[in-house]
Amino acid sequence: MNLSTTINGVLFKNPVVAASGTFGFGEEYNELYDVSCLGGISSKGLTWIPKDGNEGIRVYETASGMMNSVGLQNPGVRAFVEEGAAKMRRFNTVLIANMGGSCIDDYVAGAELLSSADIDMLELNISCPNVKSGGMAFGLKADVAHEVVAAVRAVCTKPLIVKLSPNAENIVEMALACEAAGADSLSLVNTFQALAIDIHQRRPVFRNTYAGLSGAAIKPIALRMVHSVCKQVKVPVFGIGGITTAEDVLEFIMAGATAVQVGTANFSDPLAGQRIVRDLEALCDKEGISSWDEIRGCI
Amino acid sequence: MTYFDSKVISNTPLTDEIYVLVAERHGADANAGQFFMLKAWDNELTLMRPISIFKAEEETLHFMYRVVGRGTRKLAELKAGDTISLLGSLGTGYPIAQMKGRVALVGGGLGIPPLCQTAKELTAHGVQTDVYLGYRDVLFAVEEFEPHSANIFVSTEKGDEGYRGFITDLLKPEQYDAVFTCGPEVMMRKVAAMCAAQHVPCWCSMEHRMACGIGACLGCSIRTADGMKRVCKDGPVFPANILFQENQ
Repeated sequence: MNLSTTINGVLFKNPVVAASGTFGFGEEYNELYDVSCLGGISSKGLTWIPKDGNEGIRVYETASGMMNSVGLQNPGVRAFVEEGAAKMRRFNTVLIANMGGSCIDDYVAGAELLSSADIDMLELNISCPNVKSGGMAFGLKADVAHEVVAAVRAVCTKPLIVKLSPNAENIVEMALACEAAGADSLSLVNTFQALAIDIHQRRPVFRNTYAGLSGAAIKPIALRMVHSVCKQVKVPVFGIGGITTAEDVLEFIMAGATAVQVGTANFSDPLAGQRIVRDLEALCDKEGISSWDEIRGCI
Repeated sequence: MTYFDSKVISNTPLTDEIYVLVAERHGADANAGQFFMLKAWDNELTLMRPISIFKAEEETLHFMYRVVGRGTRKLAELKAGDTISLLGSLGTGYPIAQMKGRVALVGGGLGIPPLCQTAKELTAHGVQTDVYLGYRDVLFAVEEFEPHSANIFVSTEKGDEGYRGFITDLLKPEQYDAVFTCGPEVMMRKVAAMCAAQHVPCWCSMEHRMACGIGACLGCSIRTADGMKRVCKDGPVFPANILFQENQ
């Protein structure tokens, strides 16, 4: 079967995209396999101001998953536009720039500059704390998210994906608010806010106390959220959350997603992206699937 | 760097908690101070485990590890003939090629194993290599250094064997052209400070939790005088003068 799929006018050769934050800018994994086999790559999360990231432990294994608190260490939007984007363009795959921000002005400045860059899509990470409202994340309340998405939409000339946090008060309301504010597509979910405690030291494992949970452990919850959102929105959805196998990809597509992003699985198996793409073709044949339209949202 | 399945040749306990795993090398690169990510499970664990190269032989890779958690406990269950997945070699090791004259290797605890391959490569490079090995109580792997070292100094904290006290008590950096160290951070800081005082270049090997192991996820970044550095890719070996603030 032809695995390709189109989202916001952008053609993906298959629906498997490397998730932001797990894949750098593709360079390292390209030493292990040709990352051009992927449907797309979402870049390391960029911010207007370059960031050093968080102090202390940044990654920690949990049951069937992991927690991270990397803190968006990145070279900044400008460095990406000047150097990083061209390097990523060497890969024959859809290039998605992922961007976060700590205030609306930064989001707007970043989106403006990225609109001039050689990228295919912009993915907006709204799970970042808003420093001007006491650090509460943009992605928790629908009205706050609407404001930042609308501001970015006004300046962004690329197809705009908004990446939703599963920590939102109501994920469906959040999705509808982002769609109404002009998102061309949605990706969900980002990591779940979680806690790990070092009982010997009697303190949190992470310096910031809470950190983001990802991996197979979150897959059924992510799938439920993708399903609920896809029932309500018209824009295409990238399903994310613990996708490790081709079977997982089909589950997300049956739940309504048009494409998926693979994150933590890259750590468990550095060839995960390539393996999932290969297995997906065989699996679709085995399951007698002849087009994505046949199964998308069938649940 | 390659990712491959390898057959376990042996997996032998040296002490109650320290093991040596020997696996087929399959032509993989392996240089002093580098490491591999190891995986000996399907889905029970999420992350691979970074283990330094103890010895790289023609056909085999040797990893020495301490059982400290779920991952290393799984590794300890491996038997000859089992399959293990290896990703490597990874990281930036010790700068063997630029060394000359005399070099001291200072290891503490599980910082000792990577110095074995390092001693071997330095000696092969024509450098006189003295080895300083600090243990808490039980010695291990000392004999492995004999073919590759001019002098071997050993200490235990309570003097069960060798010198009683810390291995750094025995080190005189001014006798050397460079010092390589690997072990607990408190020991490496001490070695780095002693070297800085004598203007002797020093390299330290850092340990950190890792997720990808190849430089993509930034889960192991540390702050240095030269900016944020990835322990898995830019390190694990770094020049001491960028690492510890007291020496900057």
